[in-house]
Amino acid sequence: MKPILELKNISYSYHTPEGETQALSDITFSLAPGEFTAVVGPSGCGKSTLLSLIAGLMKPESGEILLNGEPLTENSSRIGYMLQHDHLFEWRTVYRNVVLGPEINGSLNEETRQKAEEMLKQYGLAQFASSKPSELSGGMRQRAALIRTLLLDPELLLLDEPFSALDYQTRLNVSDDIGQIIRDSGKTALLVTHDLSEAVSLADHIIILSERPARVSDIMPVTFSLENDTPLGRRNAPEFKNYFNRIWKELNHHE
Amino acid sequence: MNKISAGQDLFLRSLKRHRLFVLIARILILVLFLLLWEVCADTGIIDSFIFSSPTRICACFWEMVLDRSIFLHIWVTLYETIVSFLLVTLVSILVAVLLWCSRRLSEILEPYLVVLNSLPKSALAPLLIVWLGATPTTIIVAGMSVALFGSIMNLYTSFTTVDQEKIKLIYTLHGNRRHALTKVVLPGSIPSIISNMKVNIGLCLVGVVIGEFLAARNGLGYLIIYSSQVFKMNWLLMSIVLLCIMAMVLYTVIGLLEKLYKHRI
Repeated sequence: MKPILELKNISYSYHTPEGETQALSDITFSLAPGEFTAVVGPSGCGKSTLLSLIAGLMKPESGEILLNGEPLTENSSRIGYMLQHDHLFEWRTVYRNVVLGPEINGSLNEETRQKAEEMLKQYGLAQFASSKPSELSGGMRQRAALIRTLLLDPELLLLDEPFSALDYQTRLNVSDDIGQIIRDSGKTALLVTHDLSEAVSLADHIIILSERPARVSDIMPVTFSLENDTPLGRRNAPEFKNYFNRIWKELNHHE
Repeated sequence: MNKISAGQDLFLRSLKRHRLFVLIARILILVLFLLLWEVCADTGIIDSFIFSSPTRICACFWEMVLDRSIFLHIWVTLYETIVSFLLVTLVSILVAVLLWCSRRLSEILEPYLVVLNSLPKSALAPLLIVWLGATPTTIIVAGMSVALFGSIMNLYTSFTTVDQEKIKLIYTLHGNRRHALTKVVLPGSIPSIISNMKVNIGLCLVGVVIGEFLAARNGLGYLIIYSSQVFKMNWLLMSIVLLCIMAMVLYTVIGLLEKLYKHRI
């Protein structure tokens, strides 16, 4: 199948007057449509930089990023990006936060409004549509942020540790919940995380990055022989700890 | 209504008592001060010609109410203060937005803003009189000059300290810098714009009174300077009291505006 996203020999460095820090070095991988891929690596290795490059917020210093076989245009509307924090604006209601995307690109019409309302209903936020974000729980806020991203109907979804700001229990629930929503929507997703169990429970492939400057040290396919392949089911399956240990070893064997 | 527990009831009562105490103490201080002043002036402990007294101030005020001259003075000062305040608010928001739009411009202009802000503005007033004449325009500009530069710097700072991740969010939703300004920076800065307004209204009043000292035929500032020259201490103290009240009322109006905003969102 033709890949939806291809990265070819991507490198990127940060520059300050004190000197240069290479964040990414010669990164190459591709994503097939409908796949859920996770990127794991030591903290500070440049995982978020990678997503910013794919989202077109920054330009790689060398290498090429192809989206559907074409060079990435700046800030493509086919890419949705979920940040670490939900960043719901306190001066807007939940509903007006959710429709921020269409409002910005000028497509806020009857159709998108209706879609927003349907999605709020579908994800159990309908009765909070006119509440302030501060009245929502952490999990509900993250769901509202997901609706905000999905409302622009992106083909490729980038997730930058979207659960890391939540407390542990909420985090398990929300990552399972949101992982399921994304799987059901059939979208291609690229999740950056430092939580190995989150990666194993959600992804079809796991890309393991090395210490900075980050290189791809392994791409590991993840398959579970489960009838009902849910994140929670995976966490309880016997293969789970095998994958976990393999990634753990891969991450630590350079030290 | 839910039934209130004994502990909660006790807490609410002590809170109420505390508030009542503060209120009574505040009023008592004022009343005692006025009483002491009055008694001292009447019994000759202080010279009532120099220190005046509350009753003399009231009588003087009433006299000027009857001949309607006080209303003109109050109105002129109020009008000049409000106009310069509105202009300061508008201009400082516009300039701060401009500076936010171009980081290079703000970096270039920074030392000039710092110098203009630390300059004692009363030094400018004589200059303004020569340039603009002894007109209300001069006084309005004098009022603006006191507040403007600090206001620009405060607003610009609050614009630039908006969470960068929120701006990144706008870009991830495929917005541009204009969207970052209108969807994040401005709405997110409304609380600091309002608190900035609270400071500015007081500063504008200061500037207007300075301006009136030097270049006016009307207004409370003029009244103060004139009465000090002819030793009409009743007029002078009355004008100061009126300025106090005016400052308080203007501040309260902006406080109400703030409450209205908080209530709306």
